Amino acid sequence: MAKIKSLDDLRKIRESTSDLSSARTGQGTVVVVGMGTCGIAAGAREIMNSIMAELARRGITDVAVQTTGCIGMCEKEPLVDVIRDGSRVTYGPVTPGDVATIVAEHVVNGRVVDSLAIGRAD
Amino acid sequence: MQIYRSHILVCGGTGCVSGGSKDVIDEFQKELERRKLDKEVLVVHTGCHGMCELGPIVVVYPEGTFYCRVQKTDVAELVEEHIYKGRPVSRLMYAGSEEMPVVPHYKEIPFYSKQERIALANCGYINPDNIDEYIARRGYEGLGKVLSGMTPAQVIDEMKASGLRGRGGAGFPTGLKWSFCAASKGDKKYVICNADEGDPGAFMDRSILEGDPHCVIEGMMIGAYAMGADEGYIYCRAEYPLAIQRLKTAIAQAEEYGLLGQNIMGTDFSFTVHIKEGAGAFVCGEETALMASIEGRRGMPRPRPPFPANSGLWEKPSNINNVETWANVPRIMVNGAEWYSSMGTDKSKGTKVFALTGKVKHTGLVEVPMGITLREIIFDIGGGILDDKKFKAVQIGGPSGGCLTEDHLDAKVSYESLTALGAIMGSGGLVVMDETTCMVDVAKFFLTFVQKESCGKCPFCRIGTKRMLEILERITAGEGKMEDLDTLEQLALMVRTGSLCGLGQTAPNPVLTTLKYFRDEYVAHIKDKKCPAGACTALVKYSIDPAVCIGCTKCARNCPASCIAGEVKKPHVIDSEKCIRCGNCKEVCPVGAVSVE
Repeated sequence: MAKIKSLDDLRKIRESTSDLSSARTGQGTVVVVGMGTCGIAAGAREIMNSIMAELARRGITDVAVQTTGCIGMCEKEPLVDVIRDGSRVTYGPVTPGDVATIVAEHVVNGRVVDSLAIGRAD
Repeated sequence: MQIYRSHILVCGGTGCVSGGSKDVIDEFQKELERRKLDKEVLVVHTGCHGMCELGPIVVVYPEGTFYCRVQKTDVAELVEEHIYKGRPVSRLMYAGSEEMPVVPHYKEIPFYSKQERIALANCGYINPDNIDEYIARRGYEGLGKVLSGMTPAQVIDEMKASGLRGRGGAGFPTGLKWSFCAASKGDKKYVICNADEGDPGAFMDRSILEGDPHCVIEGMMIGAYAMGADEGYIYCRAEYPLAIQRLKTAIAQAEEYGLLGQNIMGTDFSFTVHIKEGAGAFVCGEETALMASIEGRRGMPRPRPPFPANSGLWEKPSNINNVETWANVPRIMVNGAEWYSSMGTDKSKGTKVFALTGKVKHTGLVEVPMGITLREIIFDIGGGILDDKKFKAVQIGGPSGGCLTEDHLDAKVSYESLTALGAIMGSGGLVVMDETTCMVDVAKFFLTFVQKESCGKCPFCRIGTKRMLEILERITAGEGKMEDLDTLEQLALMVRTGSLCGLGQTAPNPVLTTLKYFRDEYVAHIKDKKCPAGACTALVKYSIDPAVCIGCTKCARNCPASCIAGEVKKPHVIDSEKCIRCGNCKEVCPVGAVSVE
């Protein structure tokens, strides 16, 4: 381990570990993946992995990724919800190739990806 | 650092470990690996969440779902349902009351909603064995701030302005205490952490050391900088093996980062810290006895002055503070004195941690702002009395404290208000008693404790407490005389004034407060030879009401002394001569035919 020589060193460690506090406060943007039987059968695990990989690649730590059960729109699975700025947008069916777009456009920049969105709730 | 989508926090405090939380952690790890989720879900062991009665506690983030009494066998279901499918398992969630059947979120639980967690901010939230988690929560930032931009005098001024007072019990202003040691001349000074928590029922300090050891170390370092010390001792009782183990890990990690050692953060400030394991003598919580014990001598108090600030450990200027006091220091430095002093009352600022135990529904560890009422602590946070019995008294401040009654429930908790009522803040033990508790018996319990723990140096404490105890034993055996009460009061005053240290000076408090607020119970024991609460076995008599008894034989079968006779379907009779007054028959009787008087 490198020695901590200044407040800046301390800050660097804090930034690299900020995932700890963000994952444990449950605030900010939330991405929810449908993991009912229908979602899992349609490949939701793969979507989950892509989301985790994309967030890691971008170094985003203040986004909470959650799972949820079947919402009823089984034919549109895998479903991914993005909850940001107080509104919830549902995307589906999502392919691993769509994940980068959803993260870049909606999660990071707050622009809903109209071509993939199928519903919105407040 | 690897990013995880979900964090499973499993309590690793002593209470939950004895409830099996280690197995739960292992099982989570196994189950997550089996489902190949171990790369996206992190399992963390944390310090005490405070709700020890419902342990083992598991909190799943980012949702913040609070699970209680989680067993190894529940883990597979939690992983499959909550982690994999996102369906929280309601059967394991905390159920508050009938009006509120399932409360899934941490923040909504009444036990936590009135709490203000500063000293306990990280307890139950971070992994105490990982310094990075502490740093993630602004750990060592207070130290960094102090070293990079504040003079020792400014640090002491900040402490004075915060209004923090000693959390070990006496409530001496911390900033003022530091200023004495800072002003004291000497080439070598020490800071000491008093972790010799000995009050029956108190476990605040243990939980802080187990759940957030770094905050205590950081607090000591800030104090050392302010007072010009370069070496510290943590005096922790050997009965706290988990706390000692976590402290050792914390010290090793801080040393690796260069946060302990020479030229910390590139400055001239150097600091090393040692752990001294105490052998569990109550008197070693007294500062001069504690220092004698560190030096390797017998733990006995000595007269003051000279005060430790002038001549302490190895006759060098020393400053000694309690665990909770040190734990508050880093937070005050990070957030400022103004923030801290905005909480609490006029003279008692900030928060206090209490160990809530006894006949209360939710026992555990709570941190509340000063100025809260005892009623709020016991009834809102603690959920009221167990089995909805009647509240009788609350013992506050351990063996040095006193018993307060129903009339005092609305008193605001502060150093001054509790002292005015005859109790003390103490280190923060709160033992709740219901109508089945005998107050004479309680006084006897605490006096037995201090009598055993008296170091024997002062005759008043050594012999006086012994004589007082003998009187109480006589009263509870039904052999008391009315003049005993006056003798008790006289002895109490003598022990109080004739003892050198806090142990003896406060030893009579439980007797004095019970005499003051529950004198009628003493009188009943002496005059009527009866124990109104039915607790003093020598004075109670069990009998079966023949009109109510259905002759089910249950009492006879459960009597360990075989002193209940009777035929099936006919009333039974207890032989009082042989009866050992264990109360089993009363417990098991399905129709309530057994009475005690």
